[in-house]
Amino acid sequence: MRRRATLALAVLALAAPAGATAAECPKTTLSDVENDVMCPVCGTPLGLATEAPQAQREREFIRRQVDDCRSKDEIKAALVDEFGENVLALPGSDGFDLAAYLVPGLAVLLGGGAVAATAIGWRRSRARDAADPTIADGPPAPGSAQRDRLQTDLDRYDL
Amino acid sequence: MKRSLSPFSVAALIGVLALVGLLTYGLVQSEPDRRIDQALVRGERAQAPAFELETLGGGGTGSLEDYRGKVVVLNFWGSWCEPCRTESPLLQRWHDRLSASGRGTVVGVDALDVTEDALDFVQEFDLTYPMLKDRDEEVYPDYGVIQFPETFVIDPQGRIAATRRGPVDEEFMREEVLPLTKAGA
Repeated sequence: MRRRATLALAVLALAAPAGATAAECPKTTLSDVENDVMCPVCGTPLGLATEAPQAQREREFIRRQVDDCRSKDEIKAALVDEFGENVLALPGSDGFDLAAYLVPGLAVLLGGGAVAATAIGWRRSRARDAADPTIADGPPAPGSAQRDRLQTDLDRYDL
Repeated sequence: MKRSLSPFSVAALIGVLALVGLLTYGLVQSEPDRRIDQALVRGERAQAPAFELETLGGGGTGSLEDYRGKVVVLNFWGSWCEPCRTESPLLQRWHDRLSASGRGTVVGVDALDVTEDALDFVQEFDLTYPMLKDRDEEVYPDYGVIQFPETFVIDPQGRIAATRRGPVDEEFMREEVLPLTKAGA
C-alpha cells in the first residue's frame, strides 16, 4: 500500500511540470497574430489576405513561431526582423504616414476651436441683445394703425 | 450686401481644404517612381540608385558600388513569387556567362520574404550569384519596383540601360545585356 502511494506521488511529481509546460504553450495563436500584422506584398492586413502566396508563407512563418512557443510580441519582433517595420499594422512615423497621427489631433483642435468660437460669438450676441433697451422681451407691441385694423377686423366678426 | 463667414464655417472650410490637400499629397506619394522608365523613353540612361544591403542570410553587406566597371543585372525577387521560379535558371546561366568573361554579374535582391524560404529557393535552383536582402524596403521603391520579379540592366558606368518589369527571357538578355559586355558599350 505504501509502495503504491509512493509510486502515485512520483507519477504526479513527474506529470506536474509537463502539465505546467503544456499550459504555457502555445502562448498565442496564428489568428491572434495575423490581426496585428500586414501582408506587405498585398498591402492589406494579413487576416484579409487569404490566397496570396506571400501571405501563405508569412502564415507558415508565424505558425512555426507559435509552435516554438513564442509569445505574440516575440513573433511580431521576428516578423519585423524579416520584413521590416512595415509589417506591423501601424502607420509609419515619417512622410505621408505621419498624417495618420497628426490629422486626428488637428481635427480635434480645429473642431474644438470652431465650437469655442461659435459659443463665444453666441454668448456675446446674447449679452448685446440683453444690454440693448430697444429690444424688449416678447413680441413687439402693435402700433396704432395695427391696433385700429385689428379692432375693425374684430368688429366685423362680432356676432 | 457683404456677409462674413462665421468662425465655424471658416474652421470647417480650412478642415476640408486641408483634407483635400492631404489626400492629393497621398495620391501623388503612392504613385510608383517612373523616372527610370521615363529616362529610357527619352533615350537616356538614369544613374542607378546607390544602395548597400546585408547579404541574404547575414554575414556581410553588398553594394552596387562593388560592381562599378561591370555590367550588373540587378534582379528583384521573392521566394513566394511564381514567375521568379521560371526566370531563376536563366539568370544563373547568364551569371555563369558574365562572370566567366569577367565583364559582369547578376545580383539578386530578395524582398518581402522569409529568409529561410529565400535560402531554400537559392539552394533549390543552385543560384551562385550574389544575393542581398532588402529587409526594410529601402531599395526596391527607389527603382520603382511594384511587382516581382523586376530586372534592371546597369552599364559599367552605373547607369540603367534597360528594365524588365516582369520575368526576363533569353531574348531580353541577348538584346539588352550582351551589347553592354562588348568593349566601349
